Parts: sequence; structure tokens; C-alpha cells
Amino acid sequence: MARAPQIKQEEACARLDATGVYYRELNQNVRELMASGCRDIVLDGVNGQRYIADGLMEAVKITINGVPGNDLGAFMDGPVLLVNDNAQDGVGNTMNSGKIVVKGHAGDVIGYGMRGGKIFVGGDVGFRVGIHMKSYREQVPVIVVGGRAGDFFGEYMAGGLMVLLGRGGADRPLVGDYLGTGMHGGTIYVHGEVAESQMGGEVRRFDLEDSDREFLRGILAEFSADLETDLADIEEDAFMKLRPFSHRPYGNMYCY
Amino acid sequence: MFGDQYSKWVVDRCHVPAACGLSGVMSRDGRPVSGETIIESMRVIHDRGNGLGGGFAGYGIYPAFKDLYAMHIMFEDEAGKAACEELLTENMELQAGEEIPVQPNPGITDPPLLWRYFGVPRGEKLAAGDGAADDFMVRLVMRINTTVPGTFVFSSGKNMGVFKAVGFAEDVGEFYRLPDYEAYTWIGHGRFPTNTPGWWGGAHPFNILDWCVVHNGEISSYGINKRYLEMFGYECTLLTDTEVMAYLFDLLIRRHGLPLELACKVIAAPFWKEIDSDEDTEEAGLYRALRITYASALVNGPFAVIVGHSRGMIGLNDRIKLRPLVAAVKDDLLYVSSEESAIRQICPRPDRVWAPDAGEPVIGELRGDA
Amino acid sequence: MPGNMVTSEFLVDVDHQRCRRCKRCILNCGFGVFDFQSMTTADSSKCVACHRCVVFCPEEAITIRRNPLAFREHSSWDVDKRKAVWKQAQSPGMILTGMGNDLPWLNVFDHLLIDACQVTNPSIDPLREPMELRTFLGRKPDRVEVVPSDGGYRVQNPPENNIELDIPLIFSGMSYGSVSLNVHKALAIAAEKLGTVMNTGEGGLHQELYPYRDHIIVQCASGRFGVHSDYLNAGVAVEIKIGQGAKPGIGGHLPGEKIGREVSGTRMIPVGTDALSPAPHHDIYSIEDLRQLIYALKEATGYKPISVKIATVHNVAAIASGIARAGADIIYLDGFRGGTGASPAVIRDHVGIPVEIAVAVVDAQLRSEGIRNWVSIIAAGGVRSSADVAKAIALGADAVGVGTAALIAMGCRLCQKCYTGNCSWGIATQKPELVGRLDPDWAAERLVNLVNSWSLELKEVLGALGVNAIESLRGNRERLRSLGLDAATTEIIDVKPAGR
Repeated sequence: MARAPQIKQEEACARLDATGVYYRELNQNVRELMASGCRDIVLDGVNGQRYIADGLMEAVKITINGVPGNDLGAFMDGPVLLVNDNAQDGVGNTMNSGKIVVKGHAGDVIGYGMRGGKIFVGGDVGFRVGIHMKSYREQVPVIVVGGRAGDFFGEYMAGGLMVLLGRGGADRPLVGDYLGTGMHGGTIYVHGEVAESQMGGEVRRFDLEDSDREFLRGILAEFSADLETDLADIEEDAFMKLRPFSHRPYGNMYCY
Repeated sequence: MFGDQYSKWVVDRCHVPAACGLSGVMSRDGRPVSGETIIESMRVIHDRGNGLGGGFAGYGIYPAFKDLYAMHIMFEDEAGKAACEELLTENMELQAGEEIPVQPNPGITDPPLLWRYFGVPRGEKLAAGDGAADDFMVRLVMRINTTVPGTFVFSSGKNMGVFKAVGFAEDVGEFYRLPDYEAYTWIGHGRFPTNTPGWWGGAHPFNILDWCVVHNGEISSYGINKRYLEMFGYECTLLTDTEVMAYLFDLLIRRHGLPLELACKVIAAPFWKEIDSDEDTEEAGLYRALRITYASALVNGPFAVIVGHSRGMIGLNDRIKLRPLVAAVKDDLLYVSSEESAIRQICPRPDRVWAPDAGEPVIGELRGDA
Repeated sequence: MPGNMVTSEFLVDVDHQRCRRCKRCILNCGFGVFDFQSMTTADSSKCVACHRCVVFCPEEAITIRRNPLAFREHSSWDVDKRKAVWKQAQSPGMILTGMGNDLPWLNVFDHLLIDACQVTNPSIDPLREPMELRTFLGRKPDRVEVVPSDGGYRVQNPPENNIELDIPLIFSGMSYGSVSLNVHKALAIAAEKLGTVMNTGEGGLHQELYPYRDHIIVQCASGRFGVHSDYLNAGVAVEIKIGQGAKPGIGGHLPGEKIGREVSGTRMIPVGTDALSPAPHHDIYSIEDLRQLIYALKEATGYKPISVKIATVHNVAAIASGIARAGADIIYLDGFRGGTGASPAVIRDHVGIPVEIAVAVVDAQLRSEGIRNWVSIIAAGGVRSSADVAKAIALGADAVGVGTAALIAMGCRLCQKCYTGNCSWGIATQKPELVGRLDPDWAAERLVNLVNSWSLELKEVLGALGVNAIESLRGNRERLRSLGLDAATTEIIDVKPAGR
């Protein structure tokens, strides 16, 4: 697996063929290109390489052709990643800022502990997406999922915004069980209806307000542009707005 | 609890938790797939293993002996081999026996003696009844594993075999010359055991008769699953939690006659919340009966497994999906793996790729005529 | 000559500066300690340290101290032994006591440690993810048989007559007579709220409690008090009480003073008659006789599950195997720390074995015979906390029985004087003025709080273990380790020592 990547560099742009390249070399090459001033990098032939853009703090655009491996954009703080295929588990793990756009579907535990930036997934996502997302000062993380989601969507959510459009895949439920279980901050918008029995005990349904509509219009326009998809089928008033009823859901659980 | 023969490997007498990478491919038409394919798939998820165990199982690899039990056995020394062969010839009519061909590989060191034998139980040893030969073989395997020092049966099914070693999966595959074999189902495993040096018998797949299991995760319920199986004569001797999975499939399907999908619903049982929501339906009654009766067979804790058997392949993960599992289909081929990239390596453009839900088995079955 | 050589165990001090002479202490003490003659006086010799006066004194003017009276130390003749001799020399008879064994025998629960996940498997968060405690008591089939049906499957042999519990905990049998009707009411109300069951004990079931029938196990003991066809069908199961952990091998004696109109009606015996429970069931002198009674009860109840309660004695594993084979659906193991309303101290303190060991050997025995599915095992007699519940289940119990902890939740101070009928807390008494002190709704709420707290704790333990269903802990001794337990006991209960 120790093939060296083939690099074509033109000024601020570069193209790397990652076929059969081990992740450490690939990621090292990306860092070197960035050090040399390159701000637009295309990775071809990616398949399973882990940690792409892990911990990068510069404003750089990385386009990924193929299926990147786990922990794509972990701890990332600024870059924009575009995946023209599916992504695996752990996308945007503890990410601080920047943006990750996945054209296809993504796996489990997307945006774990995410503190800022945006993750857009065109297709479905797996289990435990947006676990423990949180806002801090001016940072508000956002996850938008075009398809459907598995169980534990927004578990422990402490802040930020999640939008689930639920398009396609009519053979699957819109969202799995335990939606927003343990949620104590932030907002989840779901396009469609979710049964009360699927929600965590800490979540309540609230009416949409003008500020919600404004946020949804803006973020959906951005999502639509990034994913080159028409959202004419999405109706603003069809969103359920879910918020926790308390910032301290377990305050009464202990005795002293 | 365990025989002295384990002293070489066992620091303390407990089972060894392990994390891992899995991949499997099967042709529903029963078409032959080269062993090269599964090696290439496993190579992509190299980093899920740590070099302390890798292995494969192939179904359909011994068409010339397809009606004979194929015994893949490791011996630590010649004495074990002699003792085991004595036991084999006493109990079985052996048609063939030979060293398993290997290609020395720098990644595979200190191999034990690796042999395979083909045969059937001696008629006079068998009790009457349909399952007599299978039951006899299970007992024989348990007897070899527990009584012959340094000797372990890797596999004992028909027209199939397990190839496993201490090393990275791709090195193990090359060591055993898997590209020389063709199978309609391959499953592979790269192991990451957490607290012992790893040993050849502890690598995956685990097998009993027709059932092979590769496993990622740790079975937190191991203690009770093991004690439950012991009630039915299974002895968990391989110092790893995964073997209970193989024995559970054998027990539930072969001996208790449960259909495959229901066996999966015992091992990854639906939550009561789900069963209750169906109230008084026939299905709810069925799942209720399964949970109540087979409470001790619930496999709890994080797991993803790929189970191979002569009629197909199953992918299954635990009921809250704590380990990853991805499936794909392309024409007659079904793929299951820990990571999508391991599938895309050998099938760049599948017809469909999806992530199975928690506890929902992906079941691939050979077409009726295949 | 002195009439009484037994010195007071406790000294009661009244702070006369604080005392407002409200006389609440006089009203509250069930044992007649206090009197009033220009100021409050206390007869310390009567005090049992039940704290009723302390809790109800509005001025915190009462203090109870252990009598500091010095005795010459003697490591063999401790003070209690000397006092026992004085008592028996003074008035011939057995020394009677109440509640459970109070001698400092080794407690196996306190030498077991529970495992937890780190890295190789994830712990599960019980507050946010599903965590199942649902438990079934009763016989399960050995295997499930199915037939194809409508593209799916239909079960041919569903498990029948299992009692479904929301938690692996039931309230132990405590008879109406030994405890007050209000205690029974509190237990029934709490059992209903908690999704579990209470056990009547051997004194029958008061008519007022028949509406709780889905949450009641009725007991049939050697005295057959209040046992009639309605009663047998008034619960979800019938328990044959062979023995009790606090007094294995001996019967009971509820004095006639406790048999008032209500107890009389419930037990179906005349007012004021002693209620004597024979030591054995005189229709059970051997195991085949047990089978005969089990099936007699099944016939009478339309085949409800039958529980057999035994005290854990030395040969408990073989006995339990026989009980399973005699057709019982539940075996209730009552350890030597189990409570009682009255028992000779010699029996309570020196007979039987710990339930921890009994559960382990019974579970192993039934497994070795391949009949573990035939019966459920309940471990009782010494379960004090959710940790004990988890450990008992890991050793092999399906559920635990809780009696003493339930009484403590209602106010019991373990003064061990239940047999006097003077219980100041209104628990172990039939005196109307004392019984009225215990509000059943208040007591039920306390029971619900206690058991819900234990359930939360149990779920935390399961989550730490990385499992989300109680059945994955049940019999899973791999997740226990012993610390400071002797090698023989460790081997007998089949648990590895810590570090291995």
C-alpha cells in the first residue's frame, strides 16, 4: 500500500491521485501542498483513507473523488471539503469550523461533539448523528441531512442546529428511534411527522417562528447550491421543530 | 476450567476482547470467486487489525470432497498431531489427509503444523437419527480441543475451510495461498486483540461444522452466553468471546430448528418497546416467546458479525449498532463489510450500498438451484 | 435478691431545658418508656432504640445512647452472651428475637466487585439509551418451535403462565398478622405502581387487597391460614412456603393477642387464638409429596405458576433440583439473613447459609442438569441495596425478594422487637392506635421512591457493564470478581478473584 501519490500542481491548485496510497502519505502530501500555498486540492481515487483534513486549520478547499475513510475532517477548523461520493463513519468528529459537503450518504456518528461549521449530507446518514453537538459563544454548528437518519439522531445534543429533510428511501422510516434523547440544547428541524414514541423523553415539539423560517430558508438555499439539488419539494411549514424542555434534564435524579 | 495446553498463550485464564475489521462476499448464483478478491478487500481495512490475527473462510473450496467433513487442524507439535490422528482414525473413515499448502511470508512467523483431513464418522460410532453425524462431529471437535494438547480444530464443515493465523489479514491470505482457491462465499477478518499476544487458534473465523463467524466488537454478555451453551454440551475453549456466536447459530438453527432470520432475532433481540408496540400480533407473540425463552442467548455489547454457512452469508450487528456494518449488492454478488471502502475496492460501482439498521440481519442465500 | 440482672441496653436522656412538656414522646413510644410527673421521665430499661420519640420530639430534647456501662472485657464471653445467660437464668425459655441475623458473619455480597467497560467495549448511557429490566418469572420452554405463517412464522409453544415484572425485584412474603394491614396495603399499592408483585406471607389476604390481584403472590404455608379457593386464585401465583431464612426448619407462632377481628377474618381462625404454623407441611414429608401439593395447587388455580420458598440450607442445590423436577415454576431462596417477625435467636443466628452462595450453587446445579429454563430463581434474605441486586442476579438469580429494606423504607429502625407487637412505627403491630400511625399511601410512596432509585442505579450498573438488558447480567459471573473472599468460597460461587 506504500505507493507515492502522483501530484499535478498548477499555482494554487493541485490534483493528487490517491489510488492505493496509504493515508499517512496522502495526508502528509496535502499538508505539504498547503504549506506551499495551494488552496484548492482535488484528491482522485480515494478509497478508505482515514483522517483526510484531520486537524487542518487553514482556509482550503479539498475535493474528494471516491469514498474517504473514517474521521474525515476530524478536529477540522476552517477547510471546506467536498465529497463527490459516499462517506464512512465519523465525519466531522469534534470539528470546530469549516464545511463538509457529502454528495452521497454518510455513516454513523457524524458530527460528534461538533462545535462549529457545517456538515451537509445529500443522502442518508446512519446512527448517532450529531451526538453532543454544542454551541459556544458565537459558534453554532449546523448539520443538514437530505435523506433519512438512523436511531439516536441528536442524542445528548447541547446546542447547534440539525435539519433532516428525509427525502428518498421510502422503504425506511424518516428517522429512527430515540430522536434527541438526552437533548438539552439546540434545535432539530424534521421535514415531516415523527411519532412521539420515537422521541427521547427530553424533547418537546414547538411551533415554528419567523426566526426559524428565516434560518431554514437561508440554510436550505445554501444546501441546495452546494449539493446542486432542487428543493422545490420541501415546504417550510412541514417542518417539526424539536427542542429540549430543559437545559438540565437530570437535575432531579439524585438524592443527597 | 481450561486445559493446561493453553499455558503457552494464556496470561490469565480469561477470554480476550478484540476489535476488528470484517469483510465478506458471496455469489448468490454460486459462482466461484477467487481468494484474491477477499484479500484485496481486507487490505483496505488493514488499520482495523493490529497484526495479531487474521483469517478467512471459504465455502465451495473442496468440490472434489464436497460430501466429506473437511477438518482444518493446527498442531503445536508432532505429539499432538499423532494423538489427534489416532483419535480421528478411531472415529472417522478418512479419505484424505495432507499438510495445508502455504507460501512463507515475512509477516507470518512461527507457524504451527497445519493439516487438513477429509472423512466421515465411522458408521458404527453413530447413533440413529438424522442429525447423528453432525452431533457426533461436534462432540469430536470439542473432544479434540479439550483433550489433545496444543491441538485445535480450525474448521469442521463440508466443502469449506478456515485459514487463520497470527498476522495481518492480507499476509495471512497470501501465506495460505488463497488466490489458488475459488469459493462462492468468502469471509475475512483482521483482528485487534487487546491484551494478549494473540494466538493462531484465537484468530477468526470461528467455526463449528457449517457455521463460521467473523466478529468485530466485544460480547459483554459472554459469561452468560457461555454458560447457556454449556447446558447443551458446547465447551468454550478458544479463549475468545466470538466462539459463542458460532455455537449459538449451530444450536439455534441446526439443533433447535429455528429459521435463520429468527436465530438473528434471538442474538440481536428487538427491544420490548418495539415488541410491545405491535401489541397482540402473531409477530409480537413470536418475538416475546423468543426473548423469554432465549434470554441467555441474547448477545449483548457492541458487535458486527459476518456469518458464513454453506447456503449463504449473514451480516448482523447488535441492537443499538455499536459496531459498523455496510452492505452492497452488484448483480448476484452480496457484500458485507465494516467499511464501505473495503467493498468499493472489489466492487467500485455497486448497484446499491446501504447501512443495515441495528439488529437487522442482511441475509444472502444461494439461489435454489445454485 | 435482684429481680432483673440484665442491665439496660440504652439510656434515654431528656433535656429538661428544651422539653416543652408536650408529651408527644409519651404518646409515641410503643414500649411505655416515658411518663410524666411534673416533668418528663424515662424508664431506660424499656427502650429498644426505635427512635420514634426522637423523630417526633419537636424540640430535639431526647437523646438515646448505648449504655456505656463497662463490662470486664472477655473475648469469648461478650456482653450479649452474658446477658443471654442472665435472661435465661431469670426466666426459662428460648430467647426470642425479630428481623434478620445480626451476627457479624462474612457477607459475600460485600466481597464481590462488579466490572465495567473501558475502551474495548463501550459503556451505555442508561439515561438516554434503552435499558431493559423486564423480567419473567416462571417456567420457560427449552426451545421455541415455529411454523411458517403468512410469510412469517408463528410460535407453537409460547411460554405460558409467566409473571411479567418491570423490575427484577419483588416484595417478600410478610404475613398480615406479623405486620399490619397498612403495611400490606402499602406493599400492594407500591407493587402495582412499580409493575411488580408483593407476597402475602402466610396470613391470608385481607378482602381490601383483592383488587390488587395482578400484583400479588399468595402464600400457602404449613398453617394454611386463610387458604381457600378464592384466596388461591386471588393472585398471579401461589407460593408454597417450606421454610424461611430467618428460621429454617421451624414453624411460627403468632400470639393470640395479635389475632384481632380483622386478622381473625383473614386467617379464618377465631379471635384471640394462637396462630400456630407447624414446622413442616404435614402433607409434605418427602419430595414426591411436594409434587403432589404443587399439582394440587395447579389444579385449583388453572395452572398458575407455583413458587416454592425454602430457607437456604446446606444441601440447597440438590433440594432445588428436586423442587424443579417436582414441577415448581419458581424457587424462592431465602438466605440466612432473611427477616422474621419472631424467631428463637439460636435459629435465626446460627442456621442456614448465605443466599449469595445458595444462588450460585443452585444456578450451577440446574445448569449442569440442563433444566435451568424450568424454573426462575428468586434470591432473598440479605438484599440491602441495588448493588446486592446486581450481584445476586450476576450470580444467577432471576430476581430478588426484598422484605427488610421495604420495612426500613416505611420507618423500621431494626430494633428487632417485632414479636412484642409494640412497634411504635405501626409496622409490626396489630394495636389499632399503633397501626393507624402508618399511612399506606405515604408508605407506598416511600417504597416506590426506594425501588425506583434502585432501578436507576441498576441501570447505571448495566450501562457501565455495556449491556442494555438485565438478562445479559443474569448468571454472567464473568462480570464479577471477588476481593478478600477465601479461595474455597470463590471457587464454589465460580467467580474469579480480582486481578484475574
